[in-house]
Amino acid sequence: MANMLKLIKNPLSKENPIAVQVLGICSALAVTTQLKPAVVMALSVTVVVVLSNVVVSLLRNTIPSRIRIIVQLVIVSLMVILVDQFLKAFVYDVSKQLSVFVGLIITNCIVMGRLEAFALANKPLPSLLDGIGNGLGYAVILIILGFIRELFGQGSLWGYKIMPESFFEAGYVNNGLMTMPAMALILVGIIIWVHRSRNEDLCEK
Amino acid sequence: MQEIINIFVKSIFIDNMVFAFFLGMCSYLAVSKTVKTSMGLGIAVCFVLLITVPVNYLINEYLLKEGALTWISPAFAEVDLSFLSFILFIAVIAAIVQLVEMFIEKFSPSLYSQLGIFLPLIAVNCAIMGASLFMQQREYANIGEVFSFSLGSGIGWLLAIIGLAAIRERIRYSQIPKPLKGLGITFIITGLMAIAFMSFIGIKL
Repeated sequence: MANMLKLIKNPLSKENPIAVQVLGICSALAVTTQLKPAVVMALSVTVVVVLSNVVVSLLRNTIPSRIRIIVQLVIVSLMVILVDQFLKAFVYDVSKQLSVFVGLIITNCIVMGRLEAFALANKPLPSLLDGIGNGLGYAVILIILGFIRELFGQGSLWGYKIMPESFFEAGYVNNGLMTMPAMALILVGIIIWVHRSRNEDLCEK
Repeated sequence: MQEIINIFVKSIFIDNMVFAFFLGMCSYLAVSKTVKTSMGLGIAVCFVLLITVPVNYLINEYLLKEGALTWISPAFAEVDLSFLSFILFIAVIAAIVQLVEMFIEKFSPSLYSQLGIFLPLIAVNCAIMGASLFMQQREYANIGEVFSFSLGSGIGWLLAIIGLAAIRERIRYSQIPKPLKGLGITFIITGLMAIAFMSFIGIKL
């Protein structure tokens, strides 16, 4: 049981997919200009990781290892098509905002990385938990980024104005750079800095 | 003709794959330790992009788009298969990467040994898939524009990875705060490079 809990808990901090394993950076940076698309993206990735982890884990003894990449890609793209159609049907505006990045979940390294490193060698239940854990670890970083970038870049959260009008009258200005790609990269750099200075053992020599 | 040059310049500098859309970030961060290897990977990405995007354009144009099947019979005018694009695009990419790999192995063993493990990994590089999805989304008018877009994106990616590798070689012995070493500082450098590339915004031929 303790082992099972570890599968969910570890990816949240010690083995965070973005800050430590360096997987799935592309989408993490591109969709986080606002909080809402960031949350939707995090949920979609979690769903895809969990489902494909379970499916691959069920098939792990039948997939020939020579063609496993192709098989995994097909399974993942099926899941992504499902998620994409679902988003288009229920949250069309967010799906438009995410544009190509829903499709790019297929090549998101988190999904492939977890399939290769975990699902191919483990039973379905641990794979399920591993998928949930890594999805959540990804979500944590996305939510932090989305929160900071929308709050300081546009003065709002989830589309609602947060910064009071009096701030702007006193001379406060939204930081336009926050909505630019450049600042996302620097913010991730800072998150890694903070994370590693709190976990000394993660530092590179 | 002017439009083609315009797309070419735009996709190198303004819509740069790495700095504007964060595509191909994983291999960009992992392989940029020395200029030599990053050059090899960059050229391979260029090459694969130049083949896959036009092929996917033809598939999209004559198979997937709404009304694309009219060349078989007018009865198919309302068939829209675009929900299949993810799975078809990724299949095409995986297949072409495999072909390119076999081709290079046969005709240029020296290049093959230089590229080594990077070649098969290109199949899951988001820059390749991303370029195909952008091609679909932006609806380029003819195959010439698609060629110039794919070549431009490839060169833009090559420029970015060589630039980063060169900077990382220079700072190898610099005094960097310990938790920032390696990954953290690489993100911040990329952010600064992205700010530099922002100065190209607005250039039009």
